Amino acid sequence: MSKDNDLLMKINNISIVFGGLCAVSGFSCDIHKGEMLGLIGPNGAGKTTVFNMLSGIYKPTDGQITFNDRNGTLHILGKASPAALNKIGIARTFQNIRLFNNLTVADNIRIALHSDRKVNPLDVLFRTPKFRRDEQIMTNKVHELLTLFKMDDCYGELAKNLPYGKQRKLEIARALAANPVFLLLDEPAAGMNPQETDELMKLIALIRKQFNLTILLIEHDMHLVMGICERIVVLDYGRKIAEGTPEEIQKNPEVIKAYLGGEAAGL
Amino acid sequence: MKNKVLRNMLIPGIVAVAAVIVPAILIEMNVIDGYTAQIITLGGINAIMAISVNVISGITGQLSLGQAGFQALGAYAVILLTVNCHIPLPISIILSGLIAAFFGFLIGFPTLKLEGDYLAIVTLAFGEIIRIFLVNLKDVTGGPNGKQFSTIFTTSLDHGAMISYLAIIGTLVLIIILLQNFLRSTYGRAILAVREDSIAAKSNGIGVFKYKMTGFVIASFIAGIGGALYAPFIGFIKPDLASFNNSINHLIYVVLGGMGSVTGSVVAAFVLTGLQEVLRFLKDYRLLIYPLILIFVMLFRPQGLLGMKELSFVKTWDKLMGLFKKKAAAKIEVKGEDNE
Repeated sequence: MSKDNDLLMKINNISIVFGGLCAVSGFSCDIHKGEMLGLIGPNGAGKTTVFNMLSGIYKPTDGQITFNDRNGTLHILGKASPAALNKIGIARTFQNIRLFNNLTVADNIRIALHSDRKVNPLDVLFRTPKFRRDEQIMTNKVHELLTLFKMDDCYGELAKNLPYGKQRKLEIARALAANPVFLLLDEPAAGMNPQETDELMKLIALIRKQFNLTILLIEHDMHLVMGICERIVVLDYGRKIAEGTPEEIQKNPEVIKAYLGGEAAGL
Repeated sequence: MKNKVLRNMLIPGIVAVAAVIVPAILIEMNVIDGYTAQIITLGGINAIMAISVNVISGITGQLSLGQAGFQALGAYAVILLTVNCHIPLPISIILSGLIAAFFGFLIGFPTLKLEGDYLAIVTLAFGEIIRIFLVNLKDVTGGPNGKQFSTIFTTSLDHGAMISYLAIIGTLVLIIILLQNFLRSTYGRAILAVREDSIAAKSNGIGVFKYKMTGFVIASFIAGIGGALYAPFIGFIKPDLASFNNSINHLIYVVLGGMGSVTGSVVAAFVLTGLQEVLRFLKDYRLLIYPLILIFVMLFRPQGLLGMKELSFVKTWDKLMGLFKKKAAAKIEVKGEDNE
């Protein structure tokens, strides 16, 4: 496991400070190729902040993140923009769904395919055959993804008109369109009922296999996390307090203390 | 498939050519009198300005309050280029658009990196700066007295109205077609993504700054073209063209027509330009009508007449054909019954 060539991302001692508040301090973690890693912790522990740093939305005040892309090139993610990170293979979803609401389901996914374009502005202005071919390729890819998510019937629907569960799924589909190697899912099951959550678990397992993904998952639904993650990292007050397999985490006194308070844990 | 592509090009093409050619012939034959022709043509210029505001405010989602500044830039540039540099009018119109676009680039560069309404503040100031420059640079711009500009648009008494119509409405139609092509492409979708949610756009590989910039430069270019057509058409311009009031007038077309709907703002520009003339008999009271219309639209249709939708001739055609087919089918059925 610890061999260097199966390392996808190395997070080395990152911290971020907002004004006087240290939201995450000294967080380190190695993420290996192909694994499913869970990130849990009580509310306000800094999970989403970590996500925002990994996807380039926040820049860490301190520390270093390195990332091995598909071709084995090493990237140092310091000042890279989210768009640049998306191009080297890091895609994400958001805790509070961020779709392009007034655009159709198909266009939502097409936007994520923007980096694959082969046209130039002149092709577009004069609708050359090259433009049509490019659009056709995009349309095919959209259908492919929507079929995989069993949402092909929503193709022309406005994103804001979709039911909640489908909006969540569309966000994952959109993230996959960029063909990422590393997928960050921020509470994908939030607000779903147990049946929907089960379906989602199956879907995540399926796309992981099909796209050969490494997935980092934030989730409050312990059933989901313990069910599909191979390894779990626990955050509390911006610090990593535990790391290990689901069984180890469940027994870890620090974790129980963080979730239930010191007295309940008998400490 | 091939058939559909052909149809999608033919129908708008025929409508576009008809919209340019038919009224031009009617104007030339004096079926449409000179006064009406002038109002329609002025409506065309206002429509170009409305499109400019819509591209930046409705489609890119960044409020601009200074598009009139770019219009004035285009208008003065076209005069200086034709009169002082002796460049033929059509070429200097395009050059004026490019000059306005360049100024758009200069202003957008520092402001569009910020989130929020900074563009509105900066463009508001920009319009005023342009106006004050035009007032004070007396040697070049003629100062507050403005500048005369006689071209074939105004000098040819017999054909002037027709030529103005052809040039201005022709440009308007060309702008609409090229803009629609651009917006319904991967670039247009990228710009819309920035409007819808810039953080999600960033995380999906869209360079937010780059596409805000693209939207703003296109809007400035169109405003420059609008000004460059306005100057030869009216034949006289003054620094007031860059005033804040003028910018707000353009914004009203967009709010009424629908933020994000190019065709909506074009329709609104023509209707409001015409309305101003129809209401002449009310004298100064006609200025009260504008706010009344705005209040009623905000009350009953806050998204504007068309919202974010576009008028589509292809869809209308399909609907009409559908109706005809139904009627034809009904007739055949009736006939069949008669035979029995």
